[in-house]
Amino acid sequence: MNLMAVAAIYRFEMARTLRTVWGSIVSPVISTSLYFVVFGAAIGSRIEEVEGVEYGAFIVPGLIMLTVLMQSVSNASFGIYFPKFVGTIYELLSAPVSFLEVTAGYVLAAATKSLVIGLIILGTAFFFVDLRIEHPVAMLAFLVLTCISFSLLGFILGIWAKNFEQLQLVPLLLITPLVFLGGSFYSISMLPPFWQTVTFFNPVVYLISGFRWSFFGEADVAIGLSLIAIVAFTAICLAVIWWIFRTGWRLRK
Amino acid sequence: MAPILSVAGLGKTYDNGFVALNDVSLDIEEGEILALLGPNGAGKTTLISAICGIAVPTKGTVTVGGHDIRDDYRAARALIGLVPQETFLEPFETVWNTVSFSRGLFGKRRDDAVMERVLRLLSLWDKKDSKVIELSGGMKRRVLIAKALSHEPRVLFLDEPTAGVDVELRREMWEAMRKLKADGVTIILTTHYIEEAEAMADRIAVISRGDILLVEETGALVKRMGRKELKIELAEPIDEIPPDLSHHALDLVDGGTALLYTYDRQAERTGIVRLLTGVQASGLRVSDVETTQSSLEEIFVDLIAEDGA
Repeated sequence: MNLMAVAAIYRFEMARTLRTVWGSIVSPVISTSLYFVVFGAAIGSRIEEVEGVEYGAFIVPGLIMLTVLMQSVSNASFGIYFPKFVGTIYELLSAPVSFLEVTAGYVLAAATKSLVIGLIILGTAFFFVDLRIEHPVAMLAFLVLTCISFSLLGFILGIWAKNFEQLQLVPLLLITPLVFLGGSFYSISMLPPFWQTVTFFNPVVYLISGFRWSFFGEADVAIGLSLIAIVAFTAICLAVIWWIFRTGWRLRK
Repeated sequence: MAPILSVAGLGKTYDNGFVALNDVSLDIEEGEILALLGPNGAGKTTLISAICGIAVPTKGTVTVGGHDIRDDYRAARALIGLVPQETFLEPFETVWNTVSFSRGLFGKRRDDAVMERVLRLLSLWDKKDSKVIELSGGMKRRVLIAKALSHEPRVLFLDEPTAGVDVELRREMWEAMRKLKADGVTIILTTHYIEEAEAMADRIAVISRGDILLVEETGALVKRMGRKELKIELAEPIDEIPPDLSHHALDLVDGGTALLYTYDRQAERTGIVRLLTGVQASGLRVSDVETTQSSLEEIFVDLIAEDGA
């Protein structure tokens, strides 16, 4: 295992993040604050409690997930797409590194960034709503796993993308709907039965449900199922990346 | 002694059916400089890419320091430094970070002494804190070389290192190559410039249409191929070469307005002085004299055409 390589990639990617630290961190914090103001304070004051939780607090896990998923996908996809775009990918391909090491370097860097943003948003939430976290360890574990698994998805996207448009289109067309329809602002039980069934095919539902459970002890789906779903999703992404590096798909000539 | 790099029956056919490498076999001895010459599209870059892991060979084997590039890719690649043809660099990073990233990627621990030596060798030390995007084209090229050298490779691939580089920088790069060779680094470089191959290479390999046409010691090849032409332009056209000049092996060209003399510049006697004296004695009025050297690439194109490929 070439751990030096993992560390080198990680440091290099984190340096990029630090160069753009204000844009990276301030903008998600501002947009999330707006959500709190609009959904929590303005609309939320007219909505009754959901599952025994004040609406403003109820949406916190969903809001964090929304940002963390988007950030993970876009950070990781950009991280690997940029070397392809400027041509420095040649070095990754000719270095004594395995797929696992390259992936670990990029994905851990992307996940770190989105984890930090997630935690900052969580901190911001305390200014707006009365929040309690019943299972802090589980909360952190869910957050970390989500950051990693969706960074893996972003990594695949970055390898797949042939131009900047594709790079931006997928998060917009795929991730945003999945998150909005994943119960970030409501409980699945509030939907009509048909849509409830449809929703269970959305992997994000399991993430948000599990994450929300760690805050309030209430979940749309069983917590075990949430864990299985996220682990399975991570495994699928890893398998795809392994295949990409084995065949050189969109990487090697 | 076993060769440091051994290529056997290497072939690469792209998905669209284009055969970039047909059947390439080549052994490179440790510590030598080999120049890989050939026209554009001959397969030079593909050969390097296949050895370094950027392109996947369709057939054949490559070993570096005895390690197979597929089964034992870590050991094989750890020995190789690659300088690509184009300046592929992360624009917003500093020189120091860019180069130390490469060292880490190749599994080497941080070593500031090595970094300083490499950056000084390439006259980059003063620029180590500059961002890549702020550097001139020549400087960027040096950064690429510094990246390739950062992990102390035993084999260095330089893909057209001096293309589009000014004379001064070219000389500096040659000097750096000589120092590396003195340190025992094996260098494989591709180039279009005959003087570069001549100045640097111990051996020259000629590649065309995916095959190695010849591998020869530089001195022998240049002697065989380094022919020059002397063109004597006449003030007034003539119908035929005057009889007293007939023994000079001249050609009458440009509609009788110029005499063309082909000579071997490596030969002890080029015959130029005798020819010019003869021209003067024959009473022909000369308006201009120019010498040209057909570029190595032209020579190769001829060679390939002769080859009937």
